[in-house]
Amino acid sequence: MLNRVLSGDYPRSRPLTALLLIIVTCLVLGPFLFDGIRAFTTLAMICVFIMVVAAYDLMLGYTHIVSFAHTMFFGIGAYGVAMAIEGMGDSFGAIGVGLVGALVVSFLLSLLLGLLSLRVKAIFFALVTLAVAFAFLSLVTQLYHITGGEDGMRVRVPRELGPAFRPFEEPLPGIDLPTLLKGLLTQPWNLGQVWQDSLFEMRFNGRNVMYYVLVVMAAGVFLFLLRLVNSPFGRVLQAIRENEFRAEALGYRTVIYRTAVVILAALVATLAGAAFALINRYVNPENTLNFELMVFILLMCVIGGMGTLYGAIVGSTLFILAQNYLQDLLGWVGQYTAGIPLVENLLGEDHWLLWFGVLFVLSVYFFPAGVVGQLRIWSLRRRNRQSPPPSGPDAEPVAQV
Amino acid sequence: MAEPILTLSGVKADIDQYHILHGVDLVVPKGELTVLLGRNGAGKSTTLRTIMGLTTLTGGTVTYQGQDISRWPTPKIARAGIAFVPESMGIFGLLTVRENLVLAAVNGPMDEARLQWIFDLFPPLKKFWDKPAGTLSGGQKQMLAIARAVIEPRELLLVDEPTKGLAPAIINDLADAFEQLKEQQVSILLVEQNFNFSRRLGQSVAVMNDGAVVHAGTMTELAENDELQQDLLGLGLGAHQ
Amino acid sequence: MSEETTAMPMSDSGSESRRRSPVEWLKDLRDNRAHLFLLGFMLLASLAVIDFRTWLVLTISGVAMGAMLFLMASGMTLTFGLMSVLNLAHGAFISLGAFAGGTVLAFWLDGFTDAPSLLTNLVAIVPALLFAALVAGVVGLVFEKLVIKPVYGDHLKQILVTVGGSIILMQLIEVIWGPNEIPVTRPESLSGAFFVPEFLPLIGGIVLEKYRLLAVVLGLAIYAAMLWVIDRTRIGILIRAGVESREMVEIQGYRIHLLFLGVFVAGSALAGLGGVMWGMYKELLTPHMGDEMMISVIVVIILGGLGSIRGCFYGALLVGLINLYIGFVEPRLAAVATVGLMVGVLMWRPQGLIPVIKI
Repeated sequence: MLNRVLSGDYPRSRPLTALLLIIVTCLVLGPFLFDGIRAFTTLAMICVFIMVVAAYDLMLGYTHIVSFAHTMFFGIGAYGVAMAIEGMGDSFGAIGVGLVGALVVSFLLSLLLGLLSLRVKAIFFALVTLAVAFAFLSLVTQLYHITGGEDGMRVRVPRELGPAFRPFEEPLPGIDLPTLLKGLLTQPWNLGQVWQDSLFEMRFNGRNVMYYVLVVMAAGVFLFLLRLVNSPFGRVLQAIRENEFRAEALGYRTVIYRTAVVILAALVATLAGAAFALINRYVNPENTLNFELMVFILLMCVIGGMGTLYGAIVGSTLFILAQNYLQDLLGWVGQYTAGIPLVENLLGEDHWLLWFGVLFVLSVYFFPAGVVGQLRIWSLRRRNRQSPPPSGPDAEPVAQV
Repeated sequence: MAEPILTLSGVKADIDQYHILHGVDLVVPKGELTVLLGRNGAGKSTTLRTIMGLTTLTGGTVTYQGQDISRWPTPKIARAGIAFVPESMGIFGLLTVRENLVLAAVNGPMDEARLQWIFDLFPPLKKFWDKPAGTLSGGQKQMLAIARAVIEPRELLLVDEPTKGLAPAIINDLADAFEQLKEQQVSILLVEQNFNFSRRLGQSVAVMNDGAVVHAGTMTELAENDELQQDLLGLGLGAHQ
Repeated sequence: MSEETTAMPMSDSGSESRRRSPVEWLKDLRDNRAHLFLLGFMLLASLAVIDFRTWLVLTISGVAMGAMLFLMASGMTLTFGLMSVLNLAHGAFISLGAFAGGTVLAFWLDGFTDAPSLLTNLVAIVPALLFAALVAGVVGLVFEKLVIKPVYGDHLKQILVTVGGSIILMQLIEVIWGPNEIPVTRPESLSGAFFVPEFLPLIGGIVLEKYRLLAVVLGLAIYAAMLWVIDRTRIGILIRAGVESREMVEIQGYRIHLLFLGVFVAGSALAGLGGVMWGMYKELLTPHMGDEMMISVIVVIILGGLGSIRGCFYGALLVGLINLYIGFVEPRLAAVATVGLMVGVLMWRPQGLIPVIKI
């Protein structure tokens, strides 16, 4: 049964499985395990970006298509819902209209982009998507009256998804994990007290409803993509990735496959954008269409592990945690380095991105497989050492010059 | 046989994950024209490319004038006096004939006398001096390719199938050019499928099959032995033009 | 002539020199000199919509912007054409040049910029320009060895590491100069404008900004210099040959990596120069200014044809002009129009206006 759910694509590494289980548990039980609005936002963003990055991995990791227009589709979804609600009121119908409209627009745009790749080769394509995404960003920023320009738009969610809605009368029990862990580390003798401190009352409201919708969406999208890459379609993608010429020679119309991938990735990103609008309740060019965001997606995909899909889960989690909490870490380190001029500046909490950039470049050189890929390689080596594969006579492929 | 200018011993080379050369042993005598024969796919072109450092050696050694050049980078090998004329000729189509030759003259301005000699050998080059090389015909491009290789005196020429696709008259011109080069004591390693061309010019011959040299000897020996030809090349002398 | 491909057939009127009809002449222009055709079209189309005097001012401003864009973009197109290296950190070099040069102008030699005399100003300007190019060039050298060299040939990795490198460089700029905008005033002799004497018939009374004229002159001068190097020197021959086939150049006996390095450093220095000129134009330095220009740079190099200096120049002119024209007619659509121009040209000519290399 697990085999079918995961489409036979297991993590293939014990540490990875453990890591994934931890992440998934934290996400699923999130609102009950982490108290506070900051934690809630972090969890929600992780879920959103799992979808975004997994879709990007489909393009980048599995088909080696580099596109810089991914944020554009994300933005289309977010703004689509935002504008629909603005115009039609905060009903589910409006959400539906916005979503469908956004999906249609994304479909058409991605179709155009896919067909453009007919005319231009791979490296052009990447640059062209960059330019198109920028044009879109500029358009959104300029059309103030429709999109709110740089100020963005507030998204009024339907009552059932908002903070006023209470599906359960009584508050539900929650245990704040960070407090628990901190307590265990600092006062292990006082377990009773630690436990008491960690308990909190979880008021389950509409935002939590939206959160769980998000979790279900993320899970659904992820498992769908997993199924896709392990299907015949996915295998053709990998063939195209390895050697497009040969795939074409084998009879696969690679343009159709590549266009399909671009369209699919765009649609998933749009869906994620719509969810983002509903959970964040505020959209503006900076949090949806910015080039910096595009770079973040790229980082998450690569650091997590290209071409693995699980990398999207790991990468998003790592990155969003870093984005939210690394600044704290740097600030904490900053206490000790205050006073040393240049060092203080380099380690300043504003420059967490600098270190992330260094980490990124190093990981491309030394760990091109990303976290997931590297864990799998290590596990494979360990398995091979324990039971070495049978060695037969050296089979040299016949040379064809 | 004269002393060798180039020796390959046990040379192995791969392209991607395919093993192409399985231990090539070859001796190119100095001042002679050696022909490298063999079927398609035998590894002849790869051998030349490996000598030139374009394909990395995975085993064996290449010795040139007493030095081990197995791991040398291509430019260094070229400057040591080895010129390579690839199968594709490698003409810079967007550059003029003049610019192609200027580029080939790595050590400075071209020697007037030498240039004149090249013009005598290949008159079309003078005619198209300032035209883009891409507008030349196939035969003229081949002339340019060879002219490039010899605009400066070189010790060893590696030439890959120069007569491919050329009209007989042009092939004759090429043969003349090679004769003149031989007179200048230039050593030549020629990969050729055209047996007549090879027989006319070659003094030594090596036959390759499946990534290794399976026969080496003099050209006269091979030319007179129909059976040996049949064996190695799958053709009888009479049948081939 | 050496850069334009002559493989395309000329018009079929044979070797007779009969007078060709205007339509044929236009078609010939369109097919064989696409860049001139498009340029002429744009100039005329906008003239039809905008009154002459405004058009003239806009055109000069557009050419000025084009000149600066050319400086910024030329490095990237050569780097890609010759080395097949896509350097997405190019924008960082633009910013770096702007900040380095700006520092000279605004802090170190600012005494010289207040004086109204051109010569005194030049004491500040020339070092600023040179310093900008120097800093950008040196950082380019380090960048090539550390970041680019390990990933030759792997486009995917190049995109990744240059994006990462760009982030790092931008952040370092912020570390050194702070995250805030730094205003830079133009030197006195370059501020302000010429007033064309009133009595001149068509153009009397037009205001021409001095700085823009300088940009045009400088841009043209550097373009001419680059063309001279590319067309008439040995290095130029090497570069053009390398764009066609790196392997063959090595076979001739040249260590092509040194050439790459030289081109990369020169390209980065030019980017820095373009950056400082743009900074003086806007009179404001922001860390992300390089990235903002990158979109236009990318449009320029794709429009012009990767690897072609001529193409880059004409592409830059076109982008500068369209920015100014559309900026006047409907400012909100300027960016969209620029990208639209690129997409349009790509549909018509997938290799760009003056194709040099086959991708």
